[in-house]
Amino acid sequence: MFDLQKTEICSFRGGIHPPYNKELTNAVPVREAKEPAVVTIPMSLHIGAPCKPVVKKGDTVLMGQMVGEATGFVSSPVHASVSGTVKAVEERPHPNGNNVLSVVIESDGKDTVDPSIKPYEDFTSYSSKEIIDIIKNAGIVGMGGATFPTHVKLTVSPDKHVDTVILNGAECEPYLTADDHLMQDSPERVVKGLQIAMRALNVQKGVIAIETNKPEAIQAVSKAAEGLQGIEVQKLATKYPQGAEKQLITAVTGREVPAGGLPADAGVVVMNVGTANQVALTFETGMPLISRYVTCTGDAVKSPCTMKVKVGTPYQEVIDQCGGFSQPAAKVISGGPMMGVAMQRTDVPVMKGTSGILCLSKEAAYIPQPSACIRCGRCASVCPIHLQPFLISAFAQKKRWDRCEEFHALDCIECGSCSYICPAKRTIVSSIRVGKRQVQAERKKRAVKNNG
Amino acid sequence: MDNKDMMLTVSSSPHIRAKATTSSIMRDVVIALIPALAVAAYVFGAKALLIVALCVATCVASEAITERIMHRDVTVGDWSAVVTGILLAFNLPIQAPWWMCVVGCVFAIVVVKQLFGGLGHNFVNPALAGRAFLLSSWPTHMTGTAFIPLTDTVTSATPLGILKEGGNLSKLPSDLNMFLGLHGVYGAIGEISALALLIGGVYLLIRKVINWRIPVIYIGTVAILSPLFKQDPIFMICSGGLMLGAIFMATDYVTSPTTAKGQVIYAVGCGLMTMFIRMFGGYPEGVSYSILLMNVATPLIERFTRPRVYGYAKEKSE
Repeated sequence: MFDLQKTEICSFRGGIHPPYNKELTNAVPVREAKEPAVVTIPMSLHIGAPCKPVVKKGDTVLMGQMVGEATGFVSSPVHASVSGTVKAVEERPHPNGNNVLSVVIESDGKDTVDPSIKPYEDFTSYSSKEIIDIIKNAGIVGMGGATFPTHVKLTVSPDKHVDTVILNGAECEPYLTADDHLMQDSPERVVKGLQIAMRALNVQKGVIAIETNKPEAIQAVSKAAEGLQGIEVQKLATKYPQGAEKQLITAVTGREVPAGGLPADAGVVVMNVGTANQVALTFETGMPLISRYVTCTGDAVKSPCTMKVKVGTPYQEVIDQCGGFSQPAAKVISGGPMMGVAMQRTDVPVMKGTSGILCLSKEAAYIPQPSACIRCGRCASVCPIHLQPFLISAFAQKKRWDRCEEFHALDCIECGSCSYICPAKRTIVSSIRVGKRQVQAERKKRAVKNNG
Repeated sequence: MDNKDMMLTVSSSPHIRAKATTSSIMRDVVIALIPALAVAAYVFGAKALLIVALCVATCVASEAITERIMHRDVTVGDWSAVVTGILLAFNLPIQAPWWMCVVGCVFAIVVVKQLFGGLGHNFVNPALAGRAFLLSSWPTHMTGTAFIPLTDTVTSATPLGILKEGGNLSKLPSDLNMFLGLHGVYGAIGEISALALLIGGVYLLIRKVINWRIPVIYIGTVAILSPLFKQDPIFMICSGGLMLGAIFMATDYVTSPTTAKGQVIYAVGCGLMTMFIRMFGGYPEGVSYSILLMNVATPLIERFTRPRVYGYAKEKSE
């Protein structure tokens, strides 16, 4: 009999066990957020070239209608998440800290669906190329947070031999429960999304990998995948950063992604469970990516929960629907506490990659002053890439970029485990980031010199 | 509640930190040294506590004063000077004069630690360097008269000293006495009870302050080599400063390798060196010098034991 749910638990070498704080939201049922009065759709909701607006001020738009078109292959169109009137096409604050050209839509509260949006036929009746086009036009990007356009990921060059698709259901970031809830709420869709991706890649093996701290999700997905050819559910050890692409691939397949290479070089394509869910949803309804699960949590939020939120909804509105701040928030983080980005303001819109809005009080966000490195080696023992972070960060502080490069600064995945574990509270990963940027700049300079 | 007037902090990730701090680690080391301190107080009386207190006070004071003079942040709150003080005191004989304690501590903190840049920058263990400095400056005060059986007041050499000088072997204490350290005084203040030191070591292992590699391999190497030199392994392990050195000094983060492979090489090196000095060297005891020598070799060991980075085929050693 086909072994559906392996009993073995996979893991990787290194990693940390931060307090998970998932109990704040993991037992609270998912709510649908209130219809936003105004949504702001930035032309950049993905990694790659920003979109070009195709609507202007005063235009009437329908839900699901494209408002920004992709401007290259590594780009992804954006769509109206409500029906209503375009109030402005101008630069607005973006979670990345800059002002970004955005389409601002005032909702008419009716959610009138664009009539061109119709369900697709069964996915088996489409070719690989057709599937990838459907995904591309639906503006689907990696919903785990990286927001890399999914159609690009599924377009693998023919010289690479991909044999496995892994769905990432690790959700190893503390606090976040969006993927956990999604897997429990619509496990069939998650599995269907995996099957569609497998067909697009012409791959026979699909694995849904979930950390052991989500037993309900494991059970729901296992049930949905029962009897399906080539699909396995893999339990993962609960450890950060289990959901980092390379660590996930190694844990599940035992293979390593070669340095500087892509997962496809290890024969694998990794997709977030949220992305798979959206792919299946798009086939089911025709609707592009206009909403997602967002966990709004932290000790500064009155009633934390995971919510289904429309893209473009301001952060503050999501926080308000969780009862608002229970105490002054010192930090509002987009994503989780390990790799999330601290926001300057709360009027920025929810993006396609916003998995969480984490509001921390002064106490919870407290970072002690750094002191001297005592060479305890903890950073090296937790580094999932097996780097020696204390050395790279010391070289970066001395501006020894050559030594940063020699000690493989460029291979750092910036998971932050080193900074987390450091007893001297040094900001190790921040200085490695500086080192990485400088090494890249030096490489560019060298390349120019050699060509010139 | 409205957050409009609140200033949001923007800093780079990660936004949370583990609980352990440099001072909590150093405090754990101090806690781990308490059993040995208790045995010292039981066997030697209040004088042992006085010496420890004097050393700790001198270390903390010289650290604070030096940092003030050098316009550095005063870091005595990290407890590292306390650890150095206790360890140096543990390496002294009970009859050490007060001025020697002071000189050793000032040398350890000012010369070995602060002049090289403070915590994290010293290339050898300050407490051991302090002991070595005292040993070469006042050898008669440091050795020779440390064996004081409680039953009578005849003083004699340490067990390793008796062995070295080919003295009366019947004066050697039994293995059990060596292990417990309660019925006689066989060495420096903190070295006398292997059991007390082991309890501290287990505590450090449980608290994940140290890992097993350095102490187990160091002590294991000495145990395995002992029969080759026709020595009793238990006697070799429990005598001298081996327990104290292997558990508390060789494991000093700053001066030992951080890589797993490096720690193995370092510990084997410490063990070999200790046996060679004990068997062939001019001193009866080799632990301090072994660790000091391996401290110096640490940068080299680390260079040749760099871990294989994810995504690279086995690298050629550079």
